[in-house]
Parts: sequence; C-alpha cells; structure tokens
Amino acid sequence: MTSDTRVILICSGKGGVGKTTLTANLGISLARKGSPTAVLDADFGLRNLDLLLGLENRIVYTAQEVLEETCRLDQALVKHKQEPNLSLLPAGNPRMLDWLKPEDMKKIVGMLSEQFQYVLIDCPAGVEDGFRNAVAASKEAIIVTNPEVSAVRDADRVIGLLNTNDIKPVQLVLNRVRPKMMESQEMLSIDDVTDILALPLLGLVLEDEQVIVSTNRGEPLTLIGSQSPAARCYSNIAGRLQGEEIPLIDPSQEGNGLGDKFRRLMQTKIF
Amino acid sequence: MTLRDILNKLLGRQPASAAKARERLQLVLAHDRTDLSPDLLEQMREEILAVVAKYVEIDFEGGEVSLETEDRMTALVANLPIKRTLNGEIKLKEKESSSSSEKNHEKKNNLSEQASV
Repeated sequence: MTSDTRVILICSGKGGVGKTTLTANLGISLARKGSPTAVLDADFGLRNLDLLLGLENRIVYTAQEVLEETCRLDQALVKHKQEPNLSLLPAGNPRMLDWLKPEDMKKIVGMLSEQFQYVLIDCPAGVEDGFRNAVAASKEAIIVTNPEVSAVRDADRVIGLLNTNDIKPVQLVLNRVRPKMMESQEMLSIDDVTDILALPLLGLVLEDEQVIVSTNRGEPLTLIGSQSPAARCYSNIAGRLQGEEIPLIDPSQEGNGLGDKFRRLMQTKIF
Repeated sequence: MTLRDILNKLLGRQPASAAKARERLQLVLAHDRTDLSPDLLEQMREEILAVVAKYVEIDFEGGEVSLETEDRMTALVANLPIKRTLNGEIKLKEKESSSSSEKNHEKKNNLSEQASV
C-alpha cells in the first residue's frame, strides 16, 4: 500500500481546539470501517494521544528507538485491543526534546506507509519545529478550528504555511459548534468561518459533554459506538474522508428530534 | 432585526457579537496574510507614488494604496487620480469608488518628491 497510503496531518496552530480528540476518533472510525490505520503522535514534548486512546500504560518504545534501530517498528507500534486495525506510534519521549528532524519524520512515515492505509499525524500546536517536522512527512491536511477569533486567526496562518509546503488537499473541521449561540449570532457562523478561511468543509463537530466523559475513560466516543452528537459528527467525517457522500448536520435542527430528547432524558440523573 | 436585537436596543445592550468577530478577523487577517507591517506598507506606498509621479502628475491628496483581501487572495489596490500627463493636460480625475475599509492605515502624505524631469 505504499503509494496510495493517505498521510493526513491534523493541525490547528492554536492549542486546545481538539486536534488530538479528532485524531483519536477518526483513527478509531477508519479502523472500524476496516482500514488499517496508524495514528502518529508528533507532539512528543507534550504527548496526549495515548491517554485519549487509553493506551498510556502500553507504550514501551517510540519512533525514536525505531530510527536508532534499537527495536523494530512492530515492537514500537501499540495495537489497540478492542480495535486491532488501529495502532499508535508515539514520535518520541518527552525527555528527548530537539531530537527529531524533518528527515526522521519522513522516514518513519515511510515505514508506516508500507503497512497502513491511513496514517494520521497529530500535529503539535504552534508553527515551530514540531510543526515543520510533521508537515515534512504529510501529503494532505485537516485543519481543526473553533468558531472563535483566535482559533480562526491561527488556522489562517497554518493554512498559509501548508500552501507554501504544497500540502493538498487541505480541508476544514469546525469543532465545538454551539448551535444555540450560532442561532443568536453570538458565535461566528459556519459560513463565516468557511468564507474567511476559504477551505472546503470536511465536517463540523457539535459541542458535546460526552467528549469529556470519554476522555476521562480513555475510550473515544467512536469506539463505544456512542450516538451522542459529537460521536455522529466524528463518524460522518471519517465517512467523508473515505469518499462517502454524507450531508452536513444542520446545527439549527440539533437537539429537537425525538431521539435527542430521549437521549437527554436517559442522561438525566434520577438519584 | 430579531426580537433579541430589539430587546438589546431597548435595554441599551451591545448587539450580537458574531458580526464584530467577523469584522475584526477580516481586518487582522488582511495584514497577517501579507506579512507587511504598517511601516513597510507606508514605505511601499511612498515608493509607488514616487515612481508613478515620474510619468504622470498625480493627486497626492486623493491617492490611496491599501490591501484588500478576498478568498485568501490579497490584492494591493492603488487608487491614484491623475491630474495630467507630463506632455498633455488630460483631465482624468475619475476617482473610482473603492470600498476599502482600510483607510485608517493610510498615513499623512509626507511625500516631498515632485513630478520632475
């Protein structure tokens, strides 16, 4: 699968907008749909992807040891127990800063491409060395942003850098959408953000408390087959990434259906 | 106008914030995208005016050079009303109405160079 492996960078510029959560959920979704998928945590200084996937206790080696040839790639890959199509590879150890170079990243992604159909790279925040390393190894990108001025501004900066590095396609995921605030025009609308950034919208993700619950447990929403708003959004995005035609969720219609009301009822505390 | 807007007006509260966010973003991005500081923009403006002034006499007061951004494309828009060419007296004082909102970046015209030769 070397040539048709899709190496997708998931980046945002600003931190805390939901890159890692999106990487974890997309990885699980793609794997569940039958595609061998690797998620690479390029943020080795502050790595968190292991934690969101519930794999934090199973990391022994990282990409660093693979490149130093102290272990084989399959020894460093952490296979997800419930979803064996998904493997995690941490780029490095938090203690070893300034170690990785763009060529190292290319080499490791090249090795992953021989085994996997999808390689998702969880990019570090910022536009410095960690970002440049991750970009060097990527072919296409997903920009994650929130409907907030600072997140959109940083996304714009990153899009400019991706364009100069010839990464394409670059698609947009608008995360943490609050339909009620958009309705009362206290939040940038979907059109505002897509117009300003001029990117095709791969999907939007509704604000959802269940995301926090799932990170507490180390079980991404897509893994447990949740039907919560964010879970549906994540699997829609995975489907579109694979070329399925899935219509966008209409935020103004969210939470009004009978199913949503029932789900809310089921989440009410009784005692 | 929504019921909410009317209520806000009556109570003297601020209007919905999304429009403000959009407006601020568009302005800040126009400058982020070019990587030009206001100083550099001003310097470029002066140099462009000086070059144009070699060939035609322009109305320095009405001249305007600004950056406009649309769909990730940033354009340098120069609007220079021509008084006359150096060998004729053509009146071309057509000032195109440009919808630029970036006039605030235009500093006072301190150009001393004249249309010479």
